This record gives sequence, structure tokens and C-alpha cells, in this order.
Amino acid sequence: MTRPRQLGSLGRIAALARKEAKQIRRDPSSAVIVLFLPLFLLFLFGYGISLDAASVRLGVVLEERGPDARSLADAYSNAPDFEVLLYPSRAEAERALRANQLRGFLVIPPDFSQRLHARGSWPAQIHIVTDGSQPNTAEIVANYSQGVLATWSTQFARDRGVASTPAISIEPRFWFNEDLRTRYNLVPGSIALVMTIIGTLLTALVVAREWERGTLEAVFATPVSALELLASKFIPYFLLALATMAACVAAAIFLFGVPFRGSFLAILALTAAFLAPALGQGLLISSAAKNQFVASQLALFSGFLPAMLLSGFMFEIESMPEPIRAITAIIPARYFVTGLQTVFLAGDVWEVLLPVILKMLGLGAVLLFFAWRVTPKRIA
Amino acid sequence: MWARILSLIVKELLALTRDPRGRLVLVAPPLIQLFIFTFAATLEVRNVDIAIVNLDHGRWGREIVARIEASSTFDEVIVLSSVGEITDVIDSGRALAAIHIPQDFSRDIEAGRTAHAQIVLDGRRANAAQILFGYINRIVAGVGATARPLPVLTDGVVRHWFNPNLVYRWFMVPALLAMITMLTAIVVTTLSIARERELGTFDQLLVSPLNQTEIMLGKVAPGFLISAAQGTIFIALAVFALGVPLLGSLPLLYLAMVFFLAAVLGVGLFISAISATQQQAIIGAFAFIAPAIMLSGFGAPVENMPEWLQAFTMINPLRHFLVIVHGVFLKDMPALEILSNTAPLIIIASITLPAAAWMFRARTQ
Repeated sequence: MTRPRQLGSLGRIAALARKEAKQIRRDPSSAVIVLFLPLFLLFLFGYGISLDAASVRLGVVLEERGPDARSLADAYSNAPDFEVLLYPSRAEAERALRANQLRGFLVIPPDFSQRLHARGSWPAQIHIVTDGSQPNTAEIVANYSQGVLATWSTQFARDRGVASTPAISIEPRFWFNEDLRTRYNLVPGSIALVMTIIGTLLTALVVAREWERGTLEAVFATPVSALELLASKFIPYFLLALATMAACVAAAIFLFGVPFRGSFLAILALTAAFLAPALGQGLLISSAAKNQFVASQLALFSGFLPAMLLSGFMFEIESMPEPIRAITAIIPARYFVTGLQTVFLAGDVWEVLLPVILKMLGLGAVLLFFAWRVTPKRIA
Repeated sequence: MWARILSLIVKELLALTRDPRGRLVLVAPPLIQLFIFTFAATLEVRNVDIAIVNLDHGRWGREIVARIEASSTFDEVIVLSSVGEITDVIDSGRALAAIHIPQDFSRDIEAGRTAHAQIVLDGRRANAAQILFGYINRIVAGVGATARPLPVLTDGVVRHWFNPNLVYRWFMVPALLAMITMLTAIVVTTLSIARERELGTFDQLLVSPLNQTEIMLGKVAPGFLISAAQGTIFIALAVFALGVPLLGSLPLLYLAMVFFLAAVLGVGLFISAISATQQQAIIGAFAFIAPAIMLSGFGAPVENMPEWLQAFTMINPLRHFLVIVHGVFLKDMPALEILSNTAPLIIIASITLPAAAWMFRARTQ
């Protein structure tokens, strides 16, 4: 230092951002945070969350052993979604259900064949019992079981010439995801979750740490303003998060084979717009908390959990009660999930993307404004 | 020795609760979350918009439209005049599904043939779309049965045990109880050592008369006490405020909770032992929390995962504890079953705690 140099506002931001970047680079955990952790999470989510029931363990109790009952039991054994286990009595199937060894069981009662063969006593009943403590799976088990039964009955009727043509058939076509691979929807959703962790959690700790260590007081002694301070924190983490996003998108396309029908420009615009509220939330938390423990708790409860449960990633927003739907409006991940699913599966539908981007930018502006307001200009 | 540990525990609890904000974040957010998430989570599809193109001029096309309009599932029924408009309403997300009833629909039915209707669903929301298709299928089948009653040979009578009306809250509240106590236990533990390292006060602890085991106990106890207290509040709220039945044995639930928290605290302590800063500790905690939740059977059943990943979930304490909380709350699970699901927790705890102690020693020497 030969002569003191007067830096402009931009110069001050650049200098502080450089300092922040150096700090990130020197911390050995940053490589873990930026690349390893997101990919590890995405990998686990991509393989771990599947709503396509692959092998539901279903018990079958034959209280009658006629050829029809056995043929129906075989129909269940041959259905691709079930792993069928035979139980000699209801009581034993009940015990297995209670012990979590089964997701449901069927009972073919003693009068099944008799009623099936006497036109007057139709319909012949079977009992489908599910484990209601897992409502999602219970519903799937009930629907699949009904489906197998319906197919079997149609075949049975046709073999005996009692069939007639149904009046209406309805054919579904699932656009953007023809084979209904839940992975195609869940991977873009998981990216939003991972980016929330990276964006909000990381920044939440940054300013809080400086408060805790007292290094902010040194910064306040300089001409740096609160706005410049926030900008210098925002920029490096923004770039860091973009790198993470690039890795996630690459993994989604090449590792998980999620179709990418949109453009990179659209996904860049979405990500940049999402990072405004995500980083803004983190900075607001850390400026308000001034303590890493409080900051991390707040980031967990206002960032990660809502992104998982209130973003439409796991549960449908439209089905939520009105007050909770109102809360989801201020959760940035909600818009990011919608945007990512559209860019990946449908393409650049700006009619969807533009409102989502504007809402995220609006939220970002509000959050950053509050972050600026709660950052004190001088030491109290 | 006990007096020393006790004073360390008191010091730790004071450090956490001295700051009014610290006190607040231990109590308020978990409770708010419990209520919001409990009511947010639902499997029904409601308030969605649907589009219909009815090119049929007969009675049955009108009947389908009328029944769709009468259904409470839909918020708005958008009437389209041509098939070409379907692309736009689906792409823009204005409707989750679009039904197309072709020209000769009623004529086919009256002639004794099968009339074919098409439905386009938004695969971006595959789960909701599938559920919605189920609903619509039922409505259309009802119209079909009115138009031409067919003999029904068989009937599957469905009964959902343990939760006859499939109230999702009954599933959600015990799951949140397990997840949120885990979050608290992990965060409180991982941060306490990392904070002292960062502030340099950890060295003071090391030169105090406390030995390392005592320090570890002092560091684990607050996380245990706070999350157990949180768990107790949640159990009370579940039963008295949220109407979730508690059919099984409460003492056995607590027994399982002790080992669950021990297993989780071991992980927390291990993470804090290898972290130099609080930031690293939090990231480490997340590297555990996120997969633990995702691979617990909470969001998607463990059976749906690939074999190798199912094997991996065996080391996840949350996975075993979820079986227990749901079992005790809803299924009146027999004691033997609870214990056999507690056994993995005991094994996990007896690995994570000594591993943490070893790492702790290795890093402080």
C-alpha cells in the first residue's frame, strides 16, 4: 500500500465480494457444498422417491379353494404391482398387517364361487383390507386391487358369454410425460429443494457468522454502506448457486434421463429469478438473527420444510385449505417448481414462465428490501 | 463427576435459552410447522380447473358435461369449442385436464357400440393428474352404467384399517412428530460444539476438570432434553388438539424415542466433531437430514425404491422410528413388533455414539 485509494461504490462492492469469494474458496467445505452435496441429494431423491408402486406386499386369504377362487388369486399373483403372500386365515393376515409386513390383504369368502355362478346372487363379494396408517399406499392398494378384480371378472364373463359391450370407454393421454414416470416430475422438484438448501441456508449463515465473530464492526468502520455490504454477499453466492444449478441440470438430463424440452436461456432466467428471493431470505434471516444457531433454525423452518411440503412438490397446492394456499404464495420454491417442471417437460411456455419469474423477482425485491432495512448502518 | 456433568448441562441449556430469540426458535416454529403442515398435506385433488370440448349433439355428451359441472372437485369448467384449443389450455396450465367428447358419441351408444371419449392430462403434475383421472373415470363410468346397465359379477368391498376414512392428518402428525424432533436434536447438538470451536471457548472446556466423556455427555444431554420435551408436547397436541388416536403403549413409544434420539444425537455429535465451523456443521446436518427424511418412507414407500437403496435405508433411524410412531398411534402395534423395530435403533445408536466419541477424541488430541 503506497497510497490510499478512494474506491467508488462499485469498487467497494467488488473488493468485498472478492474477499467473500476468497473466504469461500479457502473453506474446504465449499466444494462439498457446491458440487458434492447437491449431486448426492439429487441422486438420492432421483432414485429414492418414486410414487410408482413397484411391489406392494399383498396378502391373500382363500376361505374357499374352488377353481374360480384360485384363478382369481393367480390373477393377483400375476399382476406386476403385487407381491402376493398366501395366508391360511384372516387372523394371521391381520397380524401381518399390524406388524407392517403387508400393505393390505384380500379375503375370498367361502361363498365366492357359489355366488359367482348363480346369476341371482351377483355380485360375488371379496374383501379388500388395506393398511390405512399409510393413506397414500392404502388408496393405491385399493385401486389396483379393484382393477385386477374388474379385469378378471370381465374375462370370466366373456368366457361364459355373459359379456356385453360397455357403453363408454375413456382413454387417457398424459402429455409431457406419456409413461407417467414420477421421476420426470420429482427430479425437477428436487432441484428446487436442493437449490433452496444451497441458496437460503448458506447465506443465512454468512452474515450471522460475521455478527457472531464481531468482524462486521470492522466493516462498519469503513465507508461501506449496508447496501454495498449486502451486494457483496449476494454476488459470490449467486454465482456459486448458478454453478450448483448447472451441475443439477446436467445430472437431471444425463443421469436421470429427464427430457429437457426448453432452452438453457429459460432455465437461466428462472434460476436467476429464483435466487433473488432465496438469497434474499437467507440474508434477511442472518441480518435479523445475528446468531448462527437462530439463523439455521429459521432457515430450516422457513426455507427447507416449506420448500418440501408447501411448494407443490409433494402435495397439491390447490387442494390445501384457503389460508395455507395464501401462505404458499410467498414461498419462492413454489414458483421455481412450476417453472422447472415446465421448462424440463413442456418447453419454453412463456405464458407459464413469465408470471412465475415476475413473482419470484417481486418476492426477491421485498425480501432484499427488508434485509437492507434490518442491516444496521452503524454499530449501535 | 455427576455434579460436574450436571453443571455443564445447565450451562449448555442456559447458552441455548439465554437469548430470547434462541428460546423462541426452539418453541414457536416447530409448533407453527406442525399445524401448517398437518393441514397442508392432503391427497385429494380439489379446486382444479378442467376443460371440455363437447362435439356431440346428443344426450350422453350433455350428461357427462352436466355431471362434471356438478362435481365439487372442480373449480372452473372451461368450455372449449374445438379440439385445437386443448393444446393451449394444457400448455399454459390453465386446466389440469381436458375431456374431448367426439361427434358420434351418443349415436355410438344408442347403436349398441362402445363410444370413445378422450382425456388429455397434464403430465407435469403426474400425481395429481393420475388421481384426477381416477375421479373422472368414475364419473364417466357412472354415465355409462346409466346409458347401458351391465351385469356386475363381482364387487371388491374395501375397508381401510387403522384409519377407516383415510384422514391424512392421522398419518401426518405422527410423522411430523418424528421428523421435527429429529431436526431439533440434530441442529442443537451439531451447533453446540462447532460454536464453541469457532468462538475458541472449546479449549477452555478441555482444560477444565471435565474429561472428554463428561464433555460429550454435557453436549448431548441438552439436545436430548429439548427434543424429548418437544416430542412430549407434540404427542399431547396430536391427541388433544388434532384428534389423532393413540391406541398403543405410550411407555413403549417413549422407550423407542429414547433410542431414536440417541441414534440421531450420535450422528449430530459425529458431524460436530468433524466440523471446524458452524457453517460446516449446518451443512453436515443437512447432508444427513435431507436424505433421512427422503428415504424414510414418509414421502414415498420404501418398497418403491430400488433394492440397493432399500438396503441403505436400514441405517436410517427415521425409517425405523416412523414404523413405530405410526404403529403405536394408529395400529396398536404389539409390544414384540415395537421392540423388533427398536432393535435397529439400538444398533444404530451403539455405532453412532462410540464413533462420535472416537472422532471427538481424535480431533481434540
